[in-house]
Amino acid sequence: MSIIEDKKSLSNVKVVTANEAVALAVKCAKVDVGGAYPISPQTSIMEYLTKYIETENIPMEIVRVESEHSAMAVAMGAAAVGARAFTATASQGLLYMAEMVYWVGSSRLPVVMAITSRAMGAPWILGNEHTDVLLPREWGWMVLFPEDNQEVFDTIIQAYKLADTTLVPVVVGLDGFILSHTTMPISIPDQSIIDNFIPKNTPKPYALNTEDPFTHGNAVHSNLYLEFRHNIFKTIEDSEDLVDEIDKEWSKLTGRSYGGVIEEFLLDDAEVAVLVMGASSGDAKEAAKKVREKYGIKAGVIRLRSIRPFPVKRLSKIAQKVKAIGVFDRNMSPGLGGMIATEVKFALYDLKNRPIVQSYIGGLGGKDVKIADFENILVELKEMVDGKREVEKVKWVGLDLAAIEKFLEEV
Amino acid sequence: MTSIKQLPYEEYFLAGNGSCPGCGLTIGLRNVLKALGKNVYMVVPASCSSVVQSPFPNSSATVPLLNTPFAASAAAASGMVRALKIMGKDAVVMVWAGDGGTFDIGLATVSGAAERNEDLLYICYDNEAYMNTGGHRSSATPLGTFTGTTPTGKRENKKNVPLIMAAHGIPYVATASIAFVTDLYDKIMKAKDMKGFRYIQIYSPCTPGWLLPTEKSVESAKLAVQTGIYPLFEIEGGIFKISAPSKAYLKKEKRKPLHDYFKIQGRFKHLKEEHIKLIEQWIDQMNEEYAALDGKKIF
Ligand SMILES: Cc1ncc(C[n+]2csc(CCOP(=O)(O)OP(=O)(O)O)c2C)c(N)n1
Ligand code: SF4
Ligand SMILES: [Mg+2]
Repeated sequence: MSIIEDKKSLSNVKVVTANEAVALAVKCAKVDVGGAYPISPQTSIMEYLTKYIETENIPMEIVRVESEHSAMAVAMGAAAVGARAFTATASQGLLYMAEMVYWVGSSRLPVVMAITSRAMGAPWILGNEHTDVLLPREWGWMVLFPEDNQEVFDTIIQAYKLADTTLVPVVVGLDGFILSHTTMPISIPDQSIIDNFIPKNTPKPYALNTEDPFTHGNAVHSNLYLEFRHNIFKTIEDSEDLVDEIDKEWSKLTGRSYGGVIEEFLLDDAEVAVLVMGASSGDAKEAAKKVREKYGIKAGVIRLRSIRPFPVKRLSKIAQKVKAIGVFDRNMSPGLGGMIATEVKFALYDLKNRPIVQSYIGGLGGKDVKIADFENILVELKEMVDGKREVEKVKWVGLDLAAIEKFLEEV
Repeated sequence: MTSIKQLPYEEYFLAGNGSCPGCGLTIGLRNVLKALGKNVYMVVPASCSSVVQSPFPNSSATVPLLNTPFAASAAAASGMVRALKIMGKDAVVMVWAGDGGTFDIGLATVSGAAERNEDLLYICYDNEAYMNTGGHRSSATPLGTFTGTTPTGKRENKKNVPLIMAAHGIPYVATASIAFVTDLYDKIMKAKDMKGFRYIQIYSPCTPGWLLPTEKSVESAKLAVQTGIYPLFEIEGGIFKISAPSKAYLKKEKRKPLHDYFKIQGRFKHLKEEHIKLIEQWIDQMNEEYAALDGKKIF
């Protein structure tokens, strides 16, 4: 639903970048403590938050730390005593923070972190890529990935609901620059709606306190560690329905629904589908419409909103309908394939009539991916279904092996 | 000055914990907690202290305790302090970290928290090496010392972290020793009621790491002060003041022979006369400098 049609909330419409949408959501979530350290394209989130604190007097503490490792440590220290905590980073910052991200995941502290996706060096690179956002999926975090600025705002709020309910921290990934620096109108619900949706007075049995003192994170015998890990595994595995429910509950309150773990676009009759995350989904959807019109190919889009929990149940249902899925990964697992393609194959392998799954890698470091590329993917998938084209381990989108040489000749 | 008889009977760090016999850090922690009482949150990075607590589900700490990764304690404590403030809870947040977590891997984090003047008490128990890994050099390891990674003796001198901390302009810096418990107790009591970032470094012998007989850990701590190798001082509001236990030993003629200190610790056994001379020169110079600073505003 377009927010312009949503008359009720017109008064609360703001035209903002996705980074400002994150900051507004953090303010509306009444976060107590944040750790701030700059890195593009995340930096303006912290600029907005410090501005709100210093000019609007909102009751939040921002600790302007000396590294990302410390930014996450701040969030951890705050969450450990029961406060609502937030931080944000990207790329090199996430890598520097990694030790703390894992520790917080294993500590079951309900922290929320925004990652504005960006490729990682060497060489120095600013462009968008999803590898950074995907790393914490192995580190005991839920990972959600919205498509546009409105959904970014809504997903931050939903992330606190998910974290508080499961005691698993949540990453909200958003496309660096493409969303983080692009303005779009968003509608902000009444504060009372948010307060009721994510109340702060939920039971916090994990919160350290001086009345009933206990110890967090002390050494554990090897014969118990496996069980701790299994608890985390199970909680995340069992959260697929919860992500759907949270999305439904939110849509009742705001009129906005995103399909929970997966947004299904033109999938009802689809024979082939491309699976994407984030802002490129718009282009993928355009491409699906176009190949339907141009070639009569029954094409659809699987927009993955939740990477952890990985929506095995929903994907399996979709896989009963479609004959081929092209997984477009803006990331790579070196020498193997796209990270998400690898997971999709794992999730679907045991199905009796599993569809073709073709891994596509593209858009790394911000390289342009166009509607035509998605059209091409959908056409290729149809050819694979019809037996006219071989499935390959991995196919690269927009790869021009002569590009470096050509560029050197030009300069 | 508090007398030993006036120390509280209450124990907040329980006996039966996982430390080695004669461990200095537990003597220190036991008395620090006596001064701080119940209304304290502890933050502990990777170190012997993470093990000494005893494994899950046991804990020898009777105050809330958060274990953190190695470099993170000052930042985690910052987050905790800010959270308690915003939740309207009044308590002391204390970091209890080793020299490795303070002088080396955590130094940027400690410096960041000090520069922000976070309202927390940072205590570094200094056993002059990474003991939890089995005894490896840190930048707190003194010149000439044998460790697992300095098998023929460390070539570099000890880093002066208390002065680095004082240079941040924080309200309180002190060195203390587990052999002078009342001096330690009084320093903690003083720091407890202050606001802002407070840094206290406690000399804490490690029996296996120093190749030190179990019953000699307090004796070696005493000798460290009496030989002038570990002077005790305070820097309050930027003013440097030698503490009572070290006062007499600023003068070279009052100091006990360094040999007395070295001979009971296996970690110095390999040192030759010429090495000891070199270390002695360094001690002389440090004490002269401290004598000149005594009573002066240095930061
Ligand atoms: C990032 C990281 N690197 C290395 C280690 C291994 N490690 C654990 S404790 C420790 C040394 C701790 O030394 P110190 O802070 O002096 O405390 P002590 O063990 O002497 O009490 C090391 C190197 C670790 N836990 N984390
Ligand atoms: S190794 Fe040293 S510091 Fe560690 S517990 Fe034993 S005596 Fe204490
Ligand atoms: Mg040590």
